Amino acid sequence: MATRIDVTGLTAYYGKFKAVADVNLTIEPKNVTAFIGPSGCGKSTVLRTLNRMHEVLPGARVEGKVLLDGEDLYGAGTDPVNVRRTVGMVFQRPNPFPTMSIYENVIAGLKLNGVRKKALLDERVEESLRGANLWEEVKDRLGRPGAGLSGGQQQRLCIARAIAVEPQVLLMDEPCSALDPISTLAIEDLITKLKSSFTIVIVTHNMQQASRVSDTTAFFSLEKTGDPGRLVEFDKTSKIFTNPTEKRTEDYVSGRFG
Amino acid sequence: MSTATVSGPAVDSGPDRLRLRGQSLPRWVPLAVAAGAVVVSLLIYLLTPVDSEIQIVLMAALGFVIAMTALSTAVEGGRRARDRFATTLVYTAFLLAVIPLVAVLVSVIGKGAGRLDAGFFTHSMNGIGARDVGGGIYHAIIGTVEQVLLASVLAVPFGLLVAIYLVEYGRGRVSRVISFFVDVLTGLPSIIAGLFILAFWVLALDQGFSGFAGALALAVLMIPTVVRSAEEMLKLVPNELREAGYALGVPQWRTILRVVVPTALPGIVTGVMLAVARVAGETAPVLLTVFGTNLINSNPFSGEQSSLPLYIYSQAGQPQQSAVDRAWAAALVLIIIIMVLNLAARLFAGRSRLK
Repeated sequence: MATRIDVTGLTAYYGKFKAVADVNLTIEPKNVTAFIGPSGCGKSTVLRTLNRMHEVLPGARVEGKVLLDGEDLYGAGTDPVNVRRTVGMVFQRPNPFPTMSIYENVIAGLKLNGVRKKALLDERVEESLRGANLWEEVKDRLGRPGAGLSGGQQQRLCIARAIAVEPQVLLMDEPCSALDPISTLAIEDLITKLKSSFTIVIVTHNMQQASRVSDTTAFFSLEKTGDPGRLVEFDKTSKIFTNPTEKRTEDYVSGRFG
Repeated sequence: MSTATVSGPAVDSGPDRLRLRGQSLPRWVPLAVAAGAVVVSLLIYLLTPVDSEIQIVLMAALGFVIAMTALSTAVEGGRRARDRFATTLVYTAFLLAVIPLVAVLVSVIGKGAGRLDAGFFTHSMNGIGARDVGGGIYHAIIGTVEQVLLASVLAVPFGLLVAIYLVEYGRGRVSRVISFFVDVLTGLPSIIAGLFILAFWVLALDQGFSGFAGALALAVLMIPTVVRSAEEMLKLVPNELREAGYALGVPQWRTILRVVVPTALPGIVTGVMLAVARVAGETAPVLLTVFGTNLINSNPFSGEQSSLPLYIYSQAGQPQQSAVDRAWAAALVLIIIIMVLNLAARLFAGRSRLK
């Protein structure tokens, strides 16, 4: 089920500004890949190109190829809506739909795409909430608003919402940066568990987190402000954090940056 | 004991030391000063030749602000006195602003309530002369309700779609042009809207006077208000919710329909109600397009109708007391209808949001 992603010659722009240039990497199926690097290096931008969320912003465009099991996401005739059904996403700040209950939030993706069967929806809600390690905490109050949960619970609700549409890839854009350590731990455990069914790509500023949860790590950096970000090194996480090839990677992961 | 003073800086008790506590006026003082200002103004009113009520009210307001500021300057000093000055100014302005509202309500209820009986609601003006005491507003209520409903049916979906276009899709020149014309339309005098429908629909297209013609004119007035308020509300919906929708593989139009609009709904409903309340009281455009009649005409698509503003206008213009009484009673009914509509909308908007 899970899917391999090949990125070749990817360059992303915001209007005239070249945010990230010439990225080449391969994301293996059922693997956690972490994107690390300083702010502004383009790691979130690259992540958003993987499910065509980059172009949602006015003036944003992409050059290069992103192959999902050999199919080009940016090929002619590819429907971004179908891409996003295959490649789900969890955002930095938890963003449950404020007008919907917990139940409705989880099945929002299904319901908004026309699934109506009550039995199927019920089943999927429990499955997804269990998948997101949230079921035990909310099973008695599925009708309550999703916005009433704590930050960590909201983020797990958003993960449940993302996996409820059964994507093959799950992108996470700094999913723990707004959370406390306990909630972060809950999400990290969840990532390890989800790895068995999804290909996961996570952007993080937290290097311990990257080394804890990921199998592969991509380090992005930029020469100076205004230059496009570039992929500096891409390798096994253990290698990146213990014996990186590039001097810049070593400086960054050991905290001797700049 | 004196060992402790060695390590810390010496306590300075001189006048330069920052004081955390200051003199302050007790809480009852503003009320007492306000009462004093009112009493003094009343005395002036009774004892001196000044006999203008407006002057007395302004005098009381001014006296309150000045006395409060002076007292505060003497007791509390500079910064807090300026705070007192601004606070009293705000309170006074609020009271002055409430006076017209209360005065309108009191006089409309006082003069209109007497005529409100079952007959007033169930009869038209068919065969009633200005001097007769009977007659009612049945035909006018029908007219107002039908015209406002039709206008809303025309203007609300249209205005909402324009707002959605401007916020969700509009980029570049087209949206700037639309936005500009909405602004122009906002400033359109209501009688011009009436004249436009009169010239275009009633005369040029030869459709004749009708409730529907009135609804068209009212819709022209409603659209910019609906667009502007809905636009503001849609802009308040965080972008993250839209992205969350897209990231679930939900198409943009569906995200707008099922996520963005529901989130903004309470605000949109309030905006629509304000627009409805505004046009329900419009007289000039209705006069030019609906024309008015004393008879019951429940078909808005053909023939003259009446409406509450028209009814008030025609009755208040008569010299006879019986006609003027009817005008006041109809005015009261109009206020009640608009208030009920507003409350209903608020209830609806409150319920649509999860608790």
